[in-house]
Amino acid sequence: MDLKTLYNQIITENSRSRRNRHPVEGATHTLEGVNPSCGDDITLQLRVVDGVVEDAGFTGNGCAISQASASLMIDDILGKPIEEARRLIGLFLGMVKGTVRPDEIDDLEDAAALQGIAHTPARTKCAVLAWHTLEEALSGKTES
Amino acid sequence: MTLDRISDFPILAPGADGKRLVYLDNGATTQKPRQVLNAVLRYYETENANPHRGVYDLAMRATDAHENARAAVARFLHAEDDEIIFTQNASEALNLVAQSWGRAFVGEGDEILIYVAEHHSNLVPWQRIAAERGAVLRYMYPNTEGRLTEAEIAEKITPRTKVVCAAQVSNVLGLEIPVKALTEQAHAVGAVVVLDIAQSVAHLPIDLKALDVDFAALSGHKIYAPMGVGALYGKHELLEKMPPFLSGGDMINQVHEQRTTYAEAPRKFEAGTRNVGGEVGLAAAIDYVNQIGWDAIMAHESALIERAVAGMAALPYVTVYGAASAAGRHGVLSFNIEDVHPHDVATILDSAGVCIRAGHHCAQPLMEHLGIGSCCRASFALYNTAGDVDALLDGLKQVREVMGLGS
Repeated sequence: MDLKTLYNQIITENSRSRRNRHPVEGATHTLEGVNPSCGDDITLQLRVVDGVVEDAGFTGNGCAISQASASLMIDDILGKPIEEARRLIGLFLGMVKGTVRPDEIDDLEDAAALQGIAHTPARTKCAVLAWHTLEEALSGKTES
Repeated sequence: MTLDRISDFPILAPGADGKRLVYLDNGATTQKPRQVLNAVLRYYETENANPHRGVYDLAMRATDAHENARAAVARFLHAEDDEIIFTQNASEALNLVAQSWGRAFVGEGDEILIYVAEHHSNLVPWQRIAAERGAVLRYMYPNTEGRLTEAEIAEKITPRTKVVCAAQVSNVLGLEIPVKALTEQAHAVGAVVVLDIAQSVAHLPIDLKALDVDFAALSGHKIYAPMGVGALYGKHELLEKMPPFLSGGDMINQVHEQRTTYAEAPRKFEAGTRNVGGEVGLAAAIDYVNQIGWDAIMAHESALIERAVAGMAALPYVTVYGAASAAGRHGVLSFNIEDVHPHDVATILDSAGVCIRAGHHCAQPLMEHLGIGSCCRASFALYNTAGDVDALLDGLKQVREVMGLGS
């Protein structure tokens, strides 16, 4: 495993970024996502108005991979319609499983920096926690 | 004193690249020496049959293998043969005590006293019994050095205490608790002591009669034996009064359409065909440890821990949990690196071929008590070397740089 690919600058910096780490005022969706085996624990909040993600934020703690992934995911979905957010979830999960073409992941923007996780099976669950939580929140789930 | 037993362990042989695994997750499970692997193979090649059932010679030999393994565990722990029950692991052993003894003898308002450092396996079964029986869960806490003191024990044991649950050595803090003081104070109020020796059994000699505990539980795989075999020790007079745990084959005396009489302990608690191959492996592991001897094992492991503690003390960004000295520490050293999550530390060490555990170590109430979500744990066995400790320390020095935090 190449550590520089896994822990590249985008990931290490975003893992500590405060940008998207905040509660969301007037949230329409709130869901906690937990990895029971390792203790990664995030609470994702969204404010969806007329089918568009107006605001999103997360709180919680976990490893650099899980925290960077949550922050980069929020960058991706802010201001987007929820159908587009769902498409990006599919792309991200496909990238982590290694089932999408390299050119397809450009739409993930900086979140594509997590593609190294596809070669680190032990840490995949850290990378997908935020995305699975988003998927469940958009499906109307309210409790983890 | 330096032990050099690494060549007994096939998994630790150098690979094609000349490098060998630096395995420091012995608190989770130990590797198996050839002596144990060969004993298991020999059993299946020459003695395998279903013990206690057949009358033919081979079945007799399988029965002997099963009972000789029981005797080996009993001698190792200074117990009587009929006080040792084979289980899958320590968790099953502790569930047996909770479900059989606990359900029969814990009543409404009784207090179940638990050390907060317990592995979930000596905690969750008791939470369930407390909920079912209307009992009260109370906790003992370590002092700021991570040690359970006699004063804390004295303060928490009350006339309502019915059972006290504690690990001899915490799988996170690695520090030995004062077991003798615990049993004396528990017995003074008529409570029983359930000691988890899963973590301690590979690191120090255990005399259950001298400790005077009522129950003790271990997992074979943490002392160089195969996975899937463990043991419960119970004082004979307690086992006699307890109802069966699982029921079915081999645990009975007579079965009629409407009623059953049960076998005597320990067979009363051993329903179904047992893992005799695993038991033979456990007996071989005990032989292996006895042949090396506790003095050599303890001196060697203590030197490794001292080296690791001293090395970490020189790294200002490392916090060690529990006393920062090596005294009273057995096999386990838990720590965190400032501003880096334990899982990232473990991944970075893995890339250097060093295996450590990261997470909550099945001890979430202790994590809450320490005010952390998780931590890193390096845990040692008799085959580890000073070079393994240095590989760990070298790896730790890379972590903050990889994470973009400078050194």
